[in-house]
Amino acid sequence: MILHELSANNIKEKLIKREISAQEVVEDLFEKIYLNEPSVKAYLCLDKEGALLKAREIDEKLSSGAKVGLLAGIPVAIKDNICTSGIKTTCASRMLENFVPPYDAFVVKRIKEEDAIIIGKTNLDEFAMGSSNENSAFHVTRNPWNTDYIPGGSGGGSAAAVTADMAFMALGSDTGGSIRQPSAFCGNVGCKPTYGRVSRYGLVAFASSLDQIGSITKNVYDAALLLQVVSGYDGYDSTSANIGVPDYISGINSVSGNLRIGVPREFFGDGLNTEVANAVTNALEIYKKNGAELVDLSLPHCGYAVATYYIIATAEASSNLARYDGVRYGHRSQLSEDNIIDMYCRVRAEGFGSEVKRRILLGNYVLSAGFYDAYYLKASKVRSLIKGDFEDAFNKVDCIISPTCPSPAFKIGEKITDPLEMYLSDIYTIPANLVGIPGISIPCGFTTTGLPIGMQIMGKHFEEEKILKVAKLFENETDFHLKKPELI
Amino acid sequence: MKYEVVIGLETHAELDTESKLFCGCCTKFGSEPNTQTCPVCLGLPGVLPVMNKKAFEHSLKAALTLNCEISKFTNFDRKSYYYPDLPKNYQTSQNYFNIGNNGFVDIVVKGKEKRIDIHNVHLEEEAGKLVHPEASGANYSLVDFNRAGVPLLEIVTQPDMRNVEEVESYMQALRCILLYIGVSDCKMEEGSLRFEASISLREKGSETLGNRVEIKNLNSMKAVLKVITYEISRQSLLLNKGEDVLLETRLWDDVNSVSRRMRSKEESHDYRYFPEPDLVPFWIEQEWIDETRATIPELPVSRRRRFVDELFVSDYDAGILTEDKFLADYFEECVKISQNSPKELSNWIINDVLRELNERKTNVRDFVVSPEMLVELVNIKPTIGSSIAKEVFSEMMNTGKGAQSIVKEKDLAQMDDTSELNAIIIKVIEENPKAAEDYGQGKKNALAFLIGQTMKATKGKANPKILTELFKQRLSASSK
Repeated sequence: MILHELSANNIKEKLIKREISAQEVVEDLFEKIYLNEPSVKAYLCLDKEGALLKAREIDEKLSSGAKVGLLAGIPVAIKDNICTSGIKTTCASRMLENFVPPYDAFVVKRIKEEDAIIIGKTNLDEFAMGSSNENSAFHVTRNPWNTDYIPGGSGGGSAAAVTADMAFMALGSDTGGSIRQPSAFCGNVGCKPTYGRVSRYGLVAFASSLDQIGSITKNVYDAALLLQVVSGYDGYDSTSANIGVPDYISGINSVSGNLRIGVPREFFGDGLNTEVANAVTNALEIYKKNGAELVDLSLPHCGYAVATYYIIATAEASSNLARYDGVRYGHRSQLSEDNIIDMYCRVRAEGFGSEVKRRILLGNYVLSAGFYDAYYLKASKVRSLIKGDFEDAFNKVDCIISPTCPSPAFKIGEKITDPLEMYLSDIYTIPANLVGIPGISIPCGFTTTGLPIGMQIMGKHFEEEKILKVAKLFENETDFHLKKPELI
Repeated sequence: MKYEVVIGLETHAELDTESKLFCGCCTKFGSEPNTQTCPVCLGLPGVLPVMNKKAFEHSLKAALTLNCEISKFTNFDRKSYYYPDLPKNYQTSQNYFNIGNNGFVDIVVKGKEKRIDIHNVHLEEEAGKLVHPEASGANYSLVDFNRAGVPLLEIVTQPDMRNVEEVESYMQALRCILLYIGVSDCKMEEGSLRFEASISLREKGSETLGNRVEIKNLNSMKAVLKVITYEISRQSLLLNKGEDVLLETRLWDDVNSVSRRMRSKEESHDYRYFPEPDLVPFWIEQEWIDETRATIPELPVSRRRRFVDELFVSDYDAGILTEDKFLADYFEECVKISQNSPKELSNWIINDVLRELNERKTNVRDFVVSPEMLVELVNIKPTIGSSIAKEVFSEMMNTGKGAQSIVKEKDLAQMDDTSELNAIIIKVIEENPKAAEDYGQGKKNALAFLIGQTMKATKGKANPKILTELFKQRLSASSK
C-alpha cells in the first residue's frame, strides 16, 4: 500500500480503523517529499518535527479511544501567506523572509482543532501576486506533470505539493484565481468559497475585497471535508458572514432535481485554446447525458473584468502593503540611512520584487488625487455591473460552467516578460472574485502533451454545497482526478 | 486693522472607551511603552479591524449633540501617508461618508450669541507616539504604540470664527459639550484634546478668502490662542508689505512661541483615500438615532438658564456650576435633598467645594464629601457657626466622616447657654479690665477684642451672636 497516493479521506479512514498510524503517514509522506521536492520545489519551509509531534499526539488519542477531529491525522500544506504561529510566514518575499507570526490565522486554528497535521508552508508568487509562481523571491515551483512548465499561481506551491503526493490537501488563497488556476494546471480540485464564507483573519492581505481562503485537494470529497472545517463566522473578520454552514459532506453524491447549467458565450470566445475548449465541451456533454440542461448565457460585462480587477486589486494592494516599512518587523536595509524617507525607500526597494512594485505603483496611481473617479470609482461601478450579470444569470441557472483558464500550463519564462499576457491567464477566474461567488476547478481532461485541463463551476453566493455536488457528479463519471504524473 | 480674520478649527478628541477602536487593547494613559498592543494595533501582516461599538455610539452621540445631520449610510476610508507612528501607514478614518455633517455650536462672546457651523464630525484611529532620545547625537527614535488605535473623534468647523475671543469661546463650549455627554475626558495634558487651526486674512468687506495657513501641533487652548495672535500679526505684516501669504502648513513651536513652515501646498500629502475594504458599511437606522438622542443630557447652556430662572442662582454662579456636568449634578443633588436655599448651597459649592477640589487637584466625582454629607453640614451650620462649620468641613474631607459625628466627637457644638457664657465673660473682663474700660469710654473695637478673647477661651465654640449681646448688656450695666 502506497500511503501518499491515497486521498485525505482514505487516510483518515485507515487511521480511524487503526490500520495505519499517523506517524507512519507522516514518515511515508516525508520520504516522498525528499524524493520529489528537489525537482518540484513546492515548499518554502517544512516542519517534520512538528508534524511528527502532532502525529504521535493523534496516535495516542486514537489508541486511548478519545474523540478525534474531522481532519484527524491528515497532513496539510499551507500557503505561505497564511499566518502560522511560531512558523515563518514569508509570503515568498524578501520583505518577510524572517517573519515569524505570533498568532495563528483563523483557518490554521480551525484545522489544528480538527487534528490536522501541518507539514509545511508552500511557495507562491510574492504576496500572491502572479499567475506562474515565477514571482517568488526564493525559487520557482515546477509543474509535476512537466517540470519545464509553471504550476500556475499564485498558489503553485500548494497545487504542486498535492499533485506530487507531497501533501494530502492544502490551504490556498484566491484573489483572482490563485487557487483555481494552479489547480487546473496541476490537475487538482481547487475551491474558492464565497467571499465571507471563510475568515480572512491571518491571511496576509493582497486585495482585501477579493481575497478568499480555500482548498486544494485530490478530489471533491476532500474539498468538502476541508471546507467544512474552515468555513464559518469569525468575529475577528468584519467581512465574515454570520450564516450557518451546511453539511457539505453527507449529501455530496446527490444532485437534486433538474440541473440547469449556464454556459457563458463570453468564456468560449477568442483566445481560448482549442484543446481546453474541447475538453470542457466534452465535459458538458457528460452532464447532459446525466440529465442536466445546458443553457446558453451571456455575461456581457465580463469583458471588462480583467481591467476592473487590476484597478481594484492594485489599489487595495498599494494600501495593504504600505505597512512593510521596516519599522516594526520585516526587512531592514544594511545600508546606512540618512532619514526616515531614506529608510522607507531602501527597505522597500530591497524588500519587494518587481511585480509587487509594479502593482504598488499602479495602485497608488489609480488612487491619486484627480484620478480616483476615473479609475477606482469607475472600476467599482463596473464591478457592480458584472455582479448584475451574474445575478441575472443565476435567475436562470443553478450554476455556470466554463474553462478555468484559457490555456493549459505554459513554460517557465514564457510569459514573465509580458505582464499583460500573464494577467490574461486569469480572465475566467477573476469574475468570481469581483462578484464574490464560489468557484471550483476540477480536472476535465489532458492535452496531447499530457498537461491537465481544468473546468470551472461557479455558483450563487453561499452555494458551495451545490457546486461541490455538481463537481462530484462529474468526478463520479470520470477518472481524470485519479491520474498521477510520473515524477522520477 | 484693515483685515478680517477668518479662522476654522479642527478638533481631535480621544473618545473615552475601555478598549481601542479596532482591537481589545486597553486605552489607559501612561502605561509602560508598548504594553497595550496586539497584532492588530501593531499592524502585523494578516490582521483585520473590528469596530468598537461604544466608540461608534460615542461618535453618533457627539454628532447629534453638535446638531449634525446623521448619515443614514456611513463607512470608513483609508487615509494613506507614511509615518513611523502609523502602524499600517494608513489611518482608518472617514472621508466620503462622515457620521455627521452640517452641524453647529452656539457660543456667547461678550454677551452676544454666535453660531459656529460644523462642517463634519467623523471617527478615526489614533496614531502611536514617537519618543526621541534626549542624548545629543542619538541616531534613532523610538515608537510607543500604546496610543495607536485609540478612537479619535474629529470635529471640523466651517471658517466661521473672526477673532481670538470667538475661538476661545468655541473651544470651551466644545470641551464642555464633550464632557457633558461623557464621550471624552478632554484631558489636554494627556493629549485627549488637540487642535489644528486654519487662519487667513482678507480685506474687510471682501468676499473671497485669503490664502489659508494651517497650523498643526496645538496641544492646549492657550497655544491655539497664541498661534492665532501670532499668525494675525505675521500675515498682516506680509500683506502690508504687499507680499503674499503662502498656502502652507506650519507647526507651532510652543517653547519659542513662533510658527514654522512644515510643508508648502506643493509638498502636501495626497492621502489617496479609498473605502476601507476590511470594514463593512454601517446603515444607521432611525431607531438607533432616537435611542442615542435619548441619552444626551441637558446641555450647559440650557442648564445654566434653568439654574437662574428656577433656582434663583446668579448667572455668574450658574455659569461656574454648569461648566462641569458633574459639579452641576452635585449641586442639583444637594438642592433636591436639602431644605436650604439653592443660593446657600451654591455658595458652599463655589467657595468651599471648588477651592478644596482645586487644592487637592481632584474632581467632584472622586470627592469624599457626598451631596448628602454637604447638606448635613449646611443643616447644622446654625448650631455650630460658620468658622466651626469650615473646620468641620475640612475634617470631613480628611476623615470621610459625617458632620454630626465630627461635631459630637470633637465636642464642637456651639455654646448657647447664657449662664455658662456669662461665667466666662466675667472671667475675661476681670483679666482685661483695660479693654472693658475702653469700651465704656466708647471705644467700640474694644468689644471685638473681648469677644476674641472669649472665643479663644471657648475654642471658638461660643455663639458669637449671644456673646455680643451678653457683653453689651454686662458692660453697659457696669458702666452705669
